[in-house]
Order: sequence, then C-alpha cells, then structure tokens
Amino acid sequence: MISVTGLNKTYATRAGAPVFALSDVNLEIAQGEFVTVVGPSGCGKTTLLKILAGILQKSSGSILVNGTPIERPTRQLGVVFQEALLLPWRNVLQNIMVPVEIQGLDRSTFEASARQLLRLVGLSGFEQKYPRELSGGMQQRVGIARALVHDPDFLLMDEPFGALDAMTREQMNLELLDIWAQKRKTVLLITHSIAEAVFLADRIVVMSPRPGRIVDIIDVDLPRPRDLDMINSDAFGTYVRRVRGHFGSRGMDA
Amino acid sequence: MSDVSPLRSNRATGSIARWGRRPETGLSALLFVIVTAGWEIIVRLLDVSSLVISPPSAIALALWGNLGSARFYYHAGITLWEILAGFVIGSLVGLVIGIAIGQWKILEKTVYPYVVALQTVPKVAIAPMIIIWFGYGLASKIVITALIVFFPVVVNCIAGMEAASTQQIEMLMSFTASRWQIFRMVKLQTALPYIFAGLDVAIVLAVIGAIVGEFIGSQAGLGNLLLQKNFSMDTAGSFAILIVLSVMGIVLHKLMTALKRRVVFWMEPEATIATEAT
Ligand SMILES: Nc1ncnc2c1ncn2[C@@H]1O[C@H](COP(=O)(O)OP(=O)(O)OP(=O)(O)O)[C@@H](O)[C@H]1O
Ligand SMILES: [Mg+2]
Repeated sequence: MISVTGLNKTYATRAGAPVFALSDVNLEIAQGEFVTVVGPSGCGKTTLLKILAGILQKSSGSILVNGTPIERPTRQLGVVFQEALLLPWRNVLQNIMVPVEIQGLDRSTFEASARQLLRLVGLSGFEQKYPRELSGGMQQRVGIARALVHDPDFLLMDEPFGALDAMTREQMNLELLDIWAQKRKTVLLITHSIAEAVFLADRIVVMSPRPGRIVDIIDVDLPRPRDLDMINSDAFGTYVRRVRGHFGSRGMDA
Repeated sequence: MSDVSPLRSNRATGSIARWGRRPETGLSALLFVIVTAGWEIIVRLLDVSSLVISPPSAIALALWGNLGSARFYYHAGITLWEILAGFVIGSLVGLVIGIAIGQWKILEKTVYPYVVALQTVPKVAIAPMIIIWFGYGLASKIVITALIVFFPVVVNCIAGMEAASTQQIEMLMSFTASRWQIFRMVKLQTALPYIFAGLDVAIVLAVIGAIVGEFIGSQAGLGNLLLQKNFSMDTAGSFAILIVLSVMGIVLHKLMTALKRRVVFWMEPEATIATEAT
C-alpha cells in the first residue's frame, strides 16, 4: 500500500518565479490496484511519477510504502518513461537486460524472460538490433519490456503507449492487463487517452494544471477481465463523460 | 592548442562529403600534380638556389635515399617510439584524471584549476628544463609529448561525461543503479566519442611534442636529423624528413579514426565528430 499525503513540488527556475508543479496531492494506492492518471499537458503527471519512483526530490508531504517512507528507488520498482530512453550503444536485448545487470540477477534465467517479453511486445527477432534501427513505437515497446524484466511488484508507466498506433495500443492494453492479472502487480499508469484510462483502471485520478492537483478520483466498476467490446457499453461511456467533464469545453490535448 | 573545443557534430557536411567522395579524391590528386609540377617548373626556370628551395624531384630523390638507409629507420624508430610512449602515457594519465574529475564534482573545483594552470604554461618554454631533469635521451621527449597530449584528453573526457543525458541517468537510478554502474553504463559511453576526438587531436600533437623535444636537445630521432640537415643546408633532405613526419601523423590519425569506428560503432554513420586544435 502506497499512501501519498500532502505532497507538494515546486521547481525553482532560472527566471526566478517558482513553478508549482504539484499542490497538496493526496492519494492511496492499494496492493495490486491498477490506477490511471489523466490530465492535460503540464499538470504534473510526470513530476508525480518521478517522485513516486524516488528519482525526484519532493518539496513537502509524505510518501509511505507499507508504512515506511521512500527516499530512493527500490528493486521492486519498474518504470516506463515518457521517452523510451534506450541506450544507443546497447542492442535491444542488452537494453532490456539493464535492470537485471544493475541488480545483479541471474543472467540466464532473466534472459529467458527478456526474450519472452520481447515476444509479448511483438518484437521477437529484434534482439540484436540497435535503437537507431527501430521506430519510435518499437523503442517504446522495448522500454516497456525493460520495465518488466526483473518482475517488479510496482509498475510506474508514463504514457507507455503514447507512441503507438490505435491497434497496437489496444493490443498492448490487453497484454498489460494480462500481466497485471497474472502477477498481481500494483500499477500507476499515466495516459493522455481518456478511453485508455477508463479501460485499464480500477481507479482514475484526474489532475488539473496550475497548480498541478488532483480534482477527482473515480472508481471504475467495470467487470474484469476487460475486453474491447466494453468500450461501446453505456457504463464505459458514462465514465468517459465523467472524466471529460473535468476538462470542460477546453478539452484535453489528446 | 589552448582552445580545444570538445565536440562538434555535423551531419550535413558529413553526408555531402560522402556523396561527393570520388570527385573530391580526383580533384585533390589533380591539385597535387599541378602544385608539384608548377613548383618543379618554377624552381628550374628561375634557377633558384637549392639552398633556398629544392625542386620536388630532388626531394623525392632524398626521400628515396632515406628509405634505403638503415640509419634513417633508426632515427624514425626513435621518434615513433617517443610519440607512441608519450601518447600512451599522456592519454592514460589524462583519462584517469578526466574520469576522476567527471565523477567527483569536488575535484573539478580543487584539481581542475591546476590542470588548466599547467596547460597555460607553454610546453616549448619548459622543454629545456625537462631536458635538464630527464636528460638528453628518450625520457625527456616522452615527458614533453605526454604533457602536450594530456590536456586535450582531460578536457574532452570531462566534457563527454558532463554531456551524459540526465534522463538516461534517471532511468538507471530508477532501477537502483549505483554511482559506478551509472558511470559504466552511461557516462563513459557518452564520453567515448568525445574522448576519441581528444585522442585524435592528441596523437597529432604527440608528433609535434616529440619533434619539439628533439629540437631542444637530443642525440637521435627525426627532429635531430632535421636539425643536422638544416645546419648542412640540405633543403631537399629537410623536406624529405618533413614528408616522413607528416605521413607518420596521417597514419596515426587514420589508425585512431579506425579504432574510434570500432569502439563507437553505435553512432549514426553520417555523424562525424570534429575537434579543432591549433
Ligand atoms: N525540471 C524542471 N524544472 C522546472 N520546471 C519543470 C521541470 N520539470 C517540469 N517542470 C514544470 O512542471 C510542470 C509539470 O510538468 P510535468 O512534466 O510533470 O507535466 P506532465 O503532466 O507530465 O505533462 P505532459 O503530459 O506534457 O508530459 C510543468 O509546468 C513544467 O513546466
Ligand atoms: Mg509527462
């Protein structure tokens, strides 16, 4: 269980005026829960994710994981970043193995799971390719495999499917739900797509900018396992309208 | 040599050069022929004294004579050894200090100012002292060469490590990477193209370093031979040595470029890294 209380983050800027990226964020995420975060560009989603990952210092507030504060990343964490962030000097397989190498895990065991994940993200046969030989969407999928390879309990995903076409995206959504259901991971996933947020989530966190804050948390009571037909159901539409309602006539950039 | 700008990549000119490689080689060969022929003709027509300038034919003859003499290879071997030893020592020390400064911020404030201070001392000016300290043999030339090589390597190493992407570092951190893992997986890799740009400058400077050392005090080497030829007013012989030195420099530079291609194989083929040095 992760509990975030009174979290604030201000960035100091060169111009002088500080940026209030997060203001009084309160959020509880239960073990095994799938939480999605939606909000317009610049509302502090990435900031929240990086603080939860322990790679960005918070300004104030507390974050407890099972009662103990987190200050730095743990081995039980897998992060998918907004950019693929592959290392250009490593081939696809070596890139996926980065967490395994860092954590000194058994290479041969985890290389098998790396290859399996590569199949899962539809990139079998690309093991020896280098990042510059891949498209943006392919690179992002390698990044997803990298976040999963060491089988972390807690997944933080920053617009993981943003660079994918609609078809691949839906397929990846289903795969992710499969993995989540099988391994009972806790997931926090940021997305620009309201439909995706509804489709995946147990709960949707809706954020708004200036200052970045949570304006609504919506429980999604759609049955599981989810399938693509649900997207056309009335219940689904109701959730989508409720989320969209927060962005009013301005709409959201996605 | 004081303005060693760390790195410049220019894809555009790189691909243009590749596109027109053939006409370029043809043109530069033609240029060589024209200049050499013009030189020969002018020297002969105006009957310039061979003490002032020798015709290319005389230089070619002197060069041919050198290449057939064992004594010449002895001198060339000594100079090459000074260049290589000085280069290896200077760049190893440069790498160690550069990496240390790149890895520990505190060293940048404490050690680096002294490195810069050392660099501002003209090596030619302290060369006589180095010869007093290390003698007329090889050691003094190696030290002078190492001193000259050292700086571009340090500067480029530091610049390269600073160029490491914060985002890539954050990614590694999120998987609980240690300082040394971050160094090994990202910082060093990012620095490699910069380091090679520095080594490329350094290898050419090493040739200059060895010759300067030999000029100031030596018993053997191509620089020593060059001085002898100058004293005996053998202009053609001097030019012949200069050509050998220049070929040495070019070959070493080419070897460096080949090594760089192998180590930094992952860089876009058309991206080239150029470094300026004076
Ligand atoms: N390192 C930084 N220094 C200063 N300001 C920053 C920094 N990073 C982010 N910000 C500011 O904080 C705010 C939130 O940024 P953040 O990246 O968290 O937004 P986001 O919700 O992830 O946006 P997007 O959907 O476009 O990725 C923005 O106004 C941004 O300008
Ligand atoms: Mg973001």
